[in-house]
Amino acid sequence: MSITAPTPPAAGHAWTISRSDRTTRAASAGLVVLGLLLFAVPFGFRTNVVQQLTSLFILLILAVMWNALAGYGGMVSVGQQAFIGFGAYTTIFLTQHGVTTYLAVALAPVASGVLAVALAPLVLRLRGGQFAVGTWVVAEALALLVALDKGLGGGTGASLRGLSGIEPDLRRAFTYWLTLAFMLSLLVAVVVLLRHRTGIALQAIRDDEDAAASLGVRTAPLKFGLYVLAGIGCGAAGALTLANSLFIQPQSIFGVQWTAYMLFMVLVGGLGTFEGPVIGAVLYFALQNQFAEQGAWYLIGLGAIAVAFALFLPRGLWSLASDRLNLRLLPVGYNLLHRTGRSAGSSAQAPDGGTSSRGESTS
Amino acid sequence: MSTVPTGTAAGTVRAPTVLAGRGLSKRFGDLQVLTEVDFSVGAGEAVGIVGPNGAGKTTLLNVLSGSQRPSAGRIEFNDQDITGLRPELRCRRGIGRAFQVPKPFTGMTVLENVLVGASYGAGLGRQAAYRRCVEVLETCGLAGLANRRADSLGLLHRKRLELARSLATAPQVLLLDEIGGGLTDAEADELVATIKLVSEQGTSIVWIEHIVHVLIQVVDRLVCMDAGRVIADGPPGTVLSDAVVVDAYLGRAGS
Repeated sequence: MSITAPTPPAAGHAWTISRSDRTTRAASAGLVVLGLLLFAVPFGFRTNVVQQLTSLFILLILAVMWNALAGYGGMVSVGQQAFIGFGAYTTIFLTQHGVTTYLAVALAPVASGVLAVALAPLVLRLRGGQFAVGTWVVAEALALLVALDKGLGGGTGASLRGLSGIEPDLRRAFTYWLTLAFMLSLLVAVVVLLRHRTGIALQAIRDDEDAAASLGVRTAPLKFGLYVLAGIGCGAAGALTLANSLFIQPQSIFGVQWTAYMLFMVLVGGLGTFEGPVIGAVLYFALQNQFAEQGAWYLIGLGAIAVAFALFLPRGLWSLASDRLNLRLLPVGYNLLHRTGRSAGSSAQAPDGGTSSRGESTS
Repeated sequence: MSTVPTGTAAGTVRAPTVLAGRGLSKRFGDLQVLTEVDFSVGAGEAVGIVGPNGAGKTTLLNVLSGSQRPSAGRIEFNDQDITGLRPELRCRRGIGRAFQVPKPFTGMTVLENVLVGASYGAGLGRQAAYRRCVEVLETCGLAGLANRRADSLGLLHRKRLELARSLATAPQVLLLDEIGGGLTDAEADELVATIKLVSEQGTSIVWIEHIVHVLIQVVDRLVCMDAGRVIADGPPGTVLSDAVVVDAYLGRAGS
């Protein structure tokens, strides 16, 4: 219905837009192979390695989900523990009502997604700081409701039953495979989202919601979808945490410390990048394993690292690789290439970049 | 789209109206920002809006683009009432908007910024959106910077990006808010040339600008606002020599 494009005087076909190059193709293939190889870990490694990796994958799910919310959708949630706890307690509830344990673990994320659908009309009308506080309040309210429910063990916590018949090594392997499957599915879901045009729309909403709307992006359904996806992912993390540790308490599974972990992993790794949260999760996991016995000093150290990153490397570790080396592992970006094969405006050969970096103010 | 008489002086046949505001009023609490403003732009017409600071120019643009609701009055686009339509749907119908203070998506590249407009505002499929982006980037002189993050751009390039993004939405009417503000004369001239090109290809333009000599290079008609009202509306020469306009605006601005 709109008029045709203004054709530039010298419109040639000198430029093409490409999304993948040799690096992304090689890296993507490598990651797929790595993902598949990880399924074999329980056959070759001791049980504690399997259990440790399960913990790492759960952290990775959390980092990727929080990054999807805050880094792509601009929704800085302080209340994703609502879904972590809900996923875990849904698993308890389902097993109490005769559902097989692993089926319950697989169903709990679905229930968390339903919870997100129900909460969305309430919390998504909030923006910025209000949204952060609102999501936290919801999480605390859920924790209180669970703590008051005697059937779910009240404040003292609840154990996951129905696994005593399975030999411990096999149980840990099952939990590992299920966690790995969830992690890979959620990673693939995020890649698919970023490959689709939805990816740029979400980032646009994150950077400036009004400007996104003025360019034709309907913000509400996209934020809704992302919120539900993060609900499902965090619900899965909660159910899998329970399957990995077999016991939970409402105060810890609904605790705000989960948000602190997610924030740390995503900010240190690189907010709003695909690779950043993965790096952040691995780094956090390593720190936790090395220094957790130090108690208070460990927490102080984590805090200091987070502050240092916020001050000196606000875009996280991955920005070092992506800025300096122009490196990208997955084909989720867009690259304008000249016919000659050179990339437009990549740091070295920006034709007139920087010549006009005058004052930023407008009249 | 259609050929339009340049300089719609009194007596000549006006092109069909594309976008019109009828009796638009807007108040914020006790502050009356717009008072029964009638405004229209024809197909392919370029209209400039001038007036002192606080005259209600930007508010008028906000109300037309949908980022603010009028307190009273109606907005019509191609003879359809769009008063209650959300900004994203107005954009998809063909009302493009460039903000006074550029609002680039700072975490995205220049190309991705423009692609948002082409994919959503213009509703193009992937390959068509790519082609549109390349065209718009070349038109606006940004092709060489396409892969740079938008937060690395200086003011001139931010202004160009603001224009490029709204052009990518394939607007039938383009609303521009002080796109030349803060630029040197040479830089402003480049932007004017681009906007002139867009205008000549049939896109209607509504353009707020303080730099009147820049504005009159492009516009067919000039609207002068003061204190929330339209005080003059006509060919640029007539409006600029109007005693009321001189008193309200040009006299004080001293240009």
